[in-house]
Amino acid sequence: MTGQANDAQSVLGACRLGDNADDLYETLLGAHAGLDASASAALNARLVLILMNAVGDEATVRAAIRAARADRVPPAPDDDR
Amino acid sequence: MSRYRHKPFPYTTPPELSGGKPFEAPVVIVGAGPIGLSAAIDLAQHGVASVVLDENNVVTVGSRAICWAKRTLEIFDRLGVGERMREKGVTWQAGRLFHRDREVYHFDLMTEPGHRNPAFINLQQYYVEAYLIDRCADFAGLIDLRWNNRVTGVEQSRDSVRVRVETPDGGYDIEADYLLACDGARSTVRSSVGLDFAGEIFWDRFLIADVEMEADFPSERWFWFEPTFHSGQSALLHKQPDNIYRIDLQLGWDADPGEEKKPENVVPRIQAMFGDRDFKLEWVSLYTFQCRRLERFVHDHVIFLGDSAHLVSPFGARGGNGGIQDVDNLCWKLAAVIDGRAPAALLDSYDEERCHAADENILNSTRATRFMTPDDDAERLFRDAVLALAEDMPFARQLINSGRPSKPCSLAGMALQSDDDEGFDTPVVPGTACPDAVVAEGSRPGWLLDHLGGAFKLLSFGDDPARHDGLGTVCINDLPVDGCTTLRDVDGLVAERYGADPGAAYLIRPDQHVAARFRNPTPQAIGKALARASGKAMEQRS
Repeated sequence: MTGQANDAQSVLGACRLGDNADDLYETLLGAHAGLDASASAALNARLVLILMNAVGDEATVRAAIRAARADRVPPAPDDDR
Repeated sequence: MSRYRHKPFPYTTPPELSGGKPFEAPVVIVGAGPIGLSAAIDLAQHGVASVVLDENNVVTVGSRAICWAKRTLEIFDRLGVGERMREKGVTWQAGRLFHRDREVYHFDLMTEPGHRNPAFINLQQYYVEAYLIDRCADFAGLIDLRWNNRVTGVEQSRDSVRVRVETPDGGYDIEADYLLACDGARSTVRSSVGLDFAGEIFWDRFLIADVEMEADFPSERWFWFEPTFHSGQSALLHKQPDNIYRIDLQLGWDADPGEEKKPENVVPRIQAMFGDRDFKLEWVSLYTFQCRRLERFVHDHVIFLGDSAHLVSPFGARGGNGGIQDVDNLCWKLAAVIDGRAPAALLDSYDEERCHAADENILNSTRATRFMTPDDDAERLFRDAVLALAEDMPFARQLINSGRPSKPCSLAGMALQSDDDEGFDTPVVPGTACPDAVVAEGSRPGWLLDHLGGAFKLLSFGDDPARHDGLGTVCINDLPVDGCTTLRDVDGLVAERYGADPGAAYLIRPDQHVAARFRNPTPQAIGKALARASGKAMEQRS
């Protein structure tokens, strides 16, 4: 794994929401209030795209996708993409 | 405005059957479409004779390939047909993207001045073929165009290839050093040789129609996702010459091809699009798209070009354009091999370079097709999310994919190209298609690309230009230099685009791609790069 991906991985796992974590989590749930499953999925898709663009950095986005997909199993040592 | 009138080309009994004087040609080309005809012309310009076999006796019916990209037009210029294509074609470089009835995105493909060719012209494939056929007539001793000659079998031996041909007068065999399979998506040659054509099919159907009508739509590509006038997922509108508009309507996999093609079912769809307007339905077809390619394009004496070698979906205009670029890449190499100026191994570089290009085209076209025809729930979810966001958020517009327009593919880092000289800071690295620029030869204005290509050339800069034995030199300088084609860089665009100071030089391949560049050229360095680009450094094939 490259240093860049290592950095991205540690950024992803670190606590960055501070004292507002509970508030933000509740806001996220609140955004889904009253939506059926498909409307909720559509909201999430828009949100993922917006956040992906906000993050911008390619290594971080790739690492985030990997982390979400791999059920928190760390990537193989030679996986630098 | 005069429209194209399909007239059959005369069939004549081939000399093999009439007992006439045989036409000696080292190359047989199967298929007289844009690819086969361009190949015949390119070879003829290199002095190589070919027999072109086509099972029909007319140019294609229906517009089919209509968007011809800038690089293709530059190749057409080299083949002597560019002017006529440009004159007739509808020039465009801008497009609009709509979601339902709102415009979400507007693009302009070319803003840089000083290029002879536009980003695209739209021109019906039948015109392209007709102009190429006319051009073939300029090479009467080098091109034998045979209509109603259908290939039924191909057999290779160690040194040659034998083709079985059926005609109205019966069958005959023809033997050649090389066979170029330009016979399209359902290539007979490919099945005769028994090759696997692996890839992916997209489970969707598209209705394609040519409609003649008086209208004042601008010369732009218009694309709709979820149009309000059509129940399907997408629609595309292109303007063609002769007041003919091309319409693509996505119908979905469940559409019945036989029913959907009937005018009584097509006309209401067009009326929904254009309202109460007089129009005439010229041509209708239903398509299913596939992305496939052969594992290799060179199979000893049989070489595949265009759709017989690789298939892409049409969004992005990468089918016909990809095929013409195959021709551009192959013909100078084949001519050098046939003339004994290069080892047969040079043809391996066609495989390397054009397989890479085909992969790039397939990748882009697959992505576009997937965006338009989402595979499953998750793909649809994100596609719809992109469209929903696009109106307000510029980043999402960039993700909308209705086909990324064809661009010349970079051949950097491949076998024929030398390593870049680090003294340059412009992106025209070895492997790049040469950028055009305005120049003047004496008092005559012209274009740089008109002076490059056909043979290896040195593009040298300054009043003491680098030269090399046996190479033509195109010199960029204000005053004429003896023994060179001297061009004045009237707008400074050559210096700007090539980033070359006096004394620098570029080695240009016959297909107008950079093979090497030198800040301080030496005869040794030029000689080495030339040998490499000519395939002399490639290992002989066993």
